Amino acid sequence: MTTLKIEDLHKTYKGGFEALKGVNLEVDEGDFFGLLGPNGAGKTTIIGIITSLVTKTSGRVEVFGIDIDRDFPAAKRMLGVVPQEFNFSQFEKVIDIVIQQAGYYGLKREEALSRAEIYLKRLSLWDKRDNQARQLSGGMKRRLMIARGLIHEPKLLILDEPTAGVDVELRRGMWEFLEELSAEGRTIILTTHYLEEAEQLCNKIGIINGGRIIASSSTRDLLHKLNHEVLLFESREPLPEIPALGGIPFVRLHDTRVEFNKPKELSLNEIFSHFSANAVIIDSMRNKSNRLEELFLEMVKH
Amino acid sequence: MNYSLICLRSIVRKEITRIFRIWVQTLVPPVITITLYFLIFGDLIGSQLRNIEGYSYMAFIAPGLIMMAIITNSYTNTVSSFFSAKFQRNIEELLVSPAPTWVIILGYVSGGMTRGLMVGILVSLVSLIFVTLPVHNLFFILLFAILTSFTFSLAGMLNAIFAKKFDDVTIIPTFVITPLTYLGGVFYSLSLLPDFWQTVSKINPIVYMVNGFRFGFLGISSINVWVGAGMLGIFSITLFSINWWLLWKGIGTRT
Repeated sequence: MTTLKIEDLHKTYKGGFEALKGVNLEVDEGDFFGLLGPNGAGKTTIIGIITSLVTKTSGRVEVFGIDIDRDFPAAKRMLGVVPQEFNFSQFEKVIDIVIQQAGYYGLKREEALSRAEIYLKRLSLWDKRDNQARQLSGGMKRRLMIARGLIHEPKLLILDEPTAGVDVELRRGMWEFLEELSAEGRTIILTTHYLEEAEQLCNKIGIINGGRIIASSSTRDLLHKLNHEVLLFESREPLPEIPALGGIPFVRLHDTRVEFNKPKELSLNEIFSHFSANAVIIDSMRNKSNRLEELFLEMVKH
Repeated sequence: MNYSLICLRSIVRKEITRIFRIWVQTLVPPVITITLYFLIFGDLIGSQLRNIEGYSYMAFIAPGLIMMAIITNSYTNTVSSFFSAKFQRNIEELLVSPAPTWVIILGYVSGGMTRGLMVGILVSLVSLIFVTLPVHNLFFILLFAILTSFTFSLAGMLNAIFAKKFDDVTIIPTFVITPLTYLGGVFYSLSLLPDFWQTVSKINPIVYMVNGFRFGFLGISSINVWVGAGMLGIFSITLFSINWWLLWKGIGTRT
């Protein structure tokens, strides 16, 4: 079933800025969908329209087959949103913020309390439940927004840059949590600047640039479009001069490190055979940057 | 339980919690201010003045001062609460939810009414230190207190919807509501004014509110109280409709 269907979506803000220029997008049930794009590409505008914070200029949006123009409240019941910026009252208690949100979705207080306990415990916030939100650290505030977005157990969870500004350990923890949610069958839409995050978590990816979707397919298919990737090879000992392979040079970055721009057609086996033939010992290899990042930059440039 | 009712209860609970969380800002200052009015205008100056329509000056101004507290606090609560929700962006919690527009309005207005009427009760209790107020007609006391509080809570919400910065939430109370309240017959009887100014005063809606409320206590009135009640009814329906339309269209809340 299609969870989210967007057709020819346009948004022109007051002042004439055209943020969306005919966006078409489909997200299926159970997808972990990554919406990527540079700043100002239109990601937050799309999320704003789906969640009613932004009024569309034209176009059509359906959530689980419900047209938002016909029955927005019914569509909203299916949605949970975790915005980019903290948008809770800083002076309210953690537990109150979550329980109030449950009430806005019609959950009785007793049920809201038991769900709040589940989600606050899962997100390691239960001990902080009686603290005012302003007393939480940045990472805790982000987790609070996730708990709030989940309290009514939405079928579709939209997260706008949920790991922006959080440390590596916390980010990894959040990834695990999101993977758990996805494994439970929930559809997730994620916007992020961390392309490594999108590559690791998302089974489908849409790339938006200048108000238009320029690519939308499975992560695997999208990565297959990558024409080349930059690899770094390192050795413990100083490396000898390595002859070019297929006309592509090995660029020396350091005595012990070289960079190679591997075309799609060339296999790693061929590269390593080349090393062996030239008596080059390699101890480690990695991508210079994230593969999705390379593809993203390639697509956004054109 | 009905969905809208649960939702409404959540907003009302949040608003009432806010009033009590910051009680030093919401409940104490109006009581102190009105007590000073009682002390200075009622006790010290009022004792030097002759009776008005058969009542001591203190008894005459007491209903007006209580009404002034209800008006100011109903308005201030809704305008500050709704605007700070816009400013901190936690209004988005409600906007992304399926909460019907009328529930959002009634939720915030209930907060304004709770504070307005609570301060009204506290000020009434304080007034008993200075004067024994008769109760001529309890129905009119309650009718005017509730309708006035409802109307001004709605007016506060309207102000907050349009407000873009903190200055915008103080302009109307300072330049419109306070002058209209002072000229609304709180401290004097309309019958003391020349005919021309009596007619001009009748343009001021607060005159009808103070007059009707005072009628409930003292049984004296310069204008037909039913006209006042009817006007309040029309004001509240009009303000509710305007607020509903603005929120539904997303003016001041959505982009």
